[in-house]
Amino acid sequence: MTDIATRQHWMAVLARATQGEIDALLQQAGPLPTHELLKAPETGTVMVEGRAGGAGRRFNLGEATVTRCVVRLEGGAMGFSYALGRDGRKARLAAVTDALLQSEIETGPLRRGVFALAQKQQAARELASRKAAATKVDFFTLVRGG
Amino acid sequence: MYVAVKGGEAAILATHDLVAEARRGDENVPELGVAQIREQMGLACGRVMNEGSLYDPDLAALALKQAQGDAIEAAFLMRAYRTTLPRFGSSEPLDTAKMSIRRRVSATYKDLPGGQVLGPTYDYTHRLFDFTLMDQAAPAESPARPATQPLDASMPRVPDILGAEGLMEEEAPPAGDPRPFDLTREPVTFPADRDVRLQAMARGDEGFMLGLGYSVQRGYGNSHPFVGEVRVGEVAVEYVPEELGFAVDLGDVTLTECQMVNQFAGSKEVPPQFTRGYGLSFGHSERKAMSMSLVDRALKAREFGEAATYPAQQDEFVLYHSDNVEAAGFVEHLKLPHYVDFQGELELIRRIRKEREQRLADQQSEALPEAAE
Repeated sequence: MTDIATRQHWMAVLARATQGEIDALLQQAGPLPTHELLKAPETGTVMVEGRAGGAGRRFNLGEATVTRCVVRLEGGAMGFSYALGRDGRKARLAAVTDALLQSEIETGPLRRGVFALAQKQQAARELASRKAAATKVDFFTLVRGG
Repeated sequence: MYVAVKGGEAAILATHDLVAEARRGDENVPELGVAQIREQMGLACGRVMNEGSLYDPDLAALALKQAQGDAIEAAFLMRAYRTTLPRFGSSEPLDTAKMSIRRRVSATYKDLPGGQVLGPTYDYTHRLFDFTLMDQAAPAESPARPATQPLDASMPRVPDILGAEGLMEEEAPPAGDPRPFDLTREPVTFPADRDVRLQAMARGDEGFMLGLGYSVQRGYGNSHPFVGEVRVGEVAVEYVPEELGFAVDLGDVTLTECQMVNQFAGSKEVPPQFTRGYGLSFGHSERKAMSMSLVDRALKAREFGEAATYPAQQDEFVLYHSDNVEAAGFVEHLKLPHYVDFQGELELIRRIRKEREQRLADQQSEALPEAAE
């Protein structure tokens, strides 16, 4: 049984992955297993909350589109997917991946695939941060007069 | 009496075809792809997501394409689509302190932890046309050169720095951290609380909020603010599905946050402190977030015992007029048929004029005999 933090991590990585990336990930692990759709891919919204001043009273900023899917594998493992956007196919593939990951050993192909995706996402974040860092102001003081 | 008139159906169908043709423009010019709008008109998409009150960059781009670039019409499409979707629930409150920063500037502190990060901004451009864009001569490779080191992993929000010294109005959740009011589900009553005001302003028209914010600065409201901080970047949205019982990270949304620092307020219990105005919006939308934070502070007039003399200080005025989909609906409904109403007005004015003529004629005939005496 995986701990919640580990599962939260791979769900976060899958939420940020594209349909193509998850498809490729699953193919590394073999043919798509037969699965039952407990909740077919469904697009709805989640109301996004903010806090006044960043830390104060909660308020509703606006909604975001979210697609969810719940599957059950033949062995009984249940997989979930919740992610921003409206990609139903991605939701289904991510839910199957979530179900498979729960019984996979740490050195399994899906775990390694998720790790590679996480690294790719982290690299993209770091590159964006380095590009922003290039625009950081480097103040210097001009001494005028005597 | 209400008289239904039929007969416009064929004309309406024809106008659908004609507007499709107008939208497409010259067929010798390649058609715009939705992805092109999403990637290359990102600021317009941000505005549509804010005023449509729905975060979905693809849909915002589609809305802009379908509406021929009309931002309010596009927001209307977003609002209409939203009503067809089930709502799964509410997210955990966003934590903007954990934002992946792309831009972050402060007008109050030069040397603040994390630094001044200009990011992608038009602020320091010369507003001269770049005619190379006319020729689609964008370089194949991005000219942006990354620094060797990324930014600090976390940057404190500027008001929190002042808050640590006790110089800033405290911003803490009320007891029990209550669920926010949702104006899309319940009717708004006045005086409106801060959560209602912030929600209304977040979906409010950028131009209207800008005008109100500007009015506050020009003297129609007591405000002498500094930009404590503007930050732009990506923040994770977390949601706890009931069936899982733990928070699921749904992915990132791009946000703009503005913290405005205003002059002092104090009381017998509290020594003088800076007061705050807050703005938060989807996408990179600084003008919107800044305007919102100016008006947020102005709307706190009642809380600080200030006279609410000007429009930006009056919640009923601001909240009832900031929604551009509602405003456009009411203004533009005037062009729809009012044949019967107008017929009534026509009859009324004819009767009034007739009565006036009669009255004048009566007065004249009464006056005539006197003149003859």
